[in-house]
Amino acid sequence: MSEFHLYMAQRLSALVMAPFVLVHIGVMIYAIQGGLSAAEILGRTQGSVFWFAFYGMFVVAVSIHAAIGLRTILGEWAGLRGGARDVVAAVIGLGLMALGAQAVWAVTS
Amino acid sequence: MPERDHLTVTVQRGGPDAPMRPQTFEVPAYDNQTVLDVVSWIQQNADPTLTYRFACRVGMCGSCAMMVNGVPRWTCRTHVSKVLDGNAIEVGPLRNLPVIKDLAADMDPFFDKWVAAEGRHHPTRSRDEEIAPIDPIAAERQEANAGIECINCSVCYSACDTVAGNPDYLGPAALQRAWTLYNDAKDADRDAILDAVSAKGGCHSCHSMGSCTAYCPNELDPLSAIAGLKRATAKRFFGGRK
Repeated sequence: MSEFHLYMAQRLSALVMAPFVLVHIGVMIYAIQGGLSAAEILGRTQGSVFWFAFYGMFVVAVSIHAAIGLRTILGEWAGLRGGARDVVAAVIGLGLMALGAQAVWAVTS
Repeated sequence: MPERDHLTVTVQRGGPDAPMRPQTFEVPAYDNQTVLDVVSWIQQNADPTLTYRFACRVGMCGSCAMMVNGVPRWTCRTHVSKVLDGNAIEVGPLRNLPVIKDLAADMDPFFDKWVAAEGRHHPTRSRDEEIAPIDPIAAERQEANAGIECINCSVCYSACDTVAGNPDYLGPAALQRAWTLYNDAKDADRDAILDAVSAKGGCHSCHSMGSCTAYCPNELDPLSAIAGLKRATAKRFFGGRK
């Protein structure tokens, strides 16, 4: 993947995340009005195709966006170059994806 | 300003074979004096082995840029009174470039990147054809005009923190050059320009920190030129053509 394609992937994933962040924060504010409990959250999310799709796409976008951004920081700040930098960034991206997917599955299945 | 007889001027000495070390000189103070005057006084009156570079002395050639009190400046147009820190000035070679000796930076990487950014003219006609008329008020022409007064002094390149962190980055001057050619009605290969600035170290490496525009002695705006290239490459990605 060229630097340009990484640049576009990072901008497009940001575009996807922007409305997700607003909805995520909005629902949080709405949901804690009557106190916060695990049962209430799971009651909303379990079996919900909407929340599965919402947070599933959110996790994918975050993984792409963060891995590309950290790849730049690893190069400019930590001095990592070439293949090593790509491998570290890919591991971070896949790790975020795995952790996020596990969390989404845990609250929606 | 208080009366003073002398300035305390510290210059960085050294190069690839000797580590850089500061050396301090007392230089006579005058009412009207540029940083280049001060450096020249040292070379002519105190230490003839001091190495530095200049040519035109009037802000046209872009040869005399140096770090002055930690900031890249064209020294021939920088008045001592504007930069004096107490009664002292510190002068060093341009940042982000290798040092040849003392205050003379090696400009090769700067100009190599100029070429790498496809900063050369791709003609639409041969010399045997008539010269194509140019519309001076066309929006594209205005965009190109905004960047063509670059004197290649490398002040923007030295000011850029992205260059400091990423040696592959082409830098503001080379990318601004590419942007002026992209907007030139007489340039025949815009795709080649966008390919060059989309490659490793191209315009997408820019973090829009804006030091280039803040420090350009000619008050040009490479930051906006680079933003223009980012827009043009994104437009091309979605199938948009100029």
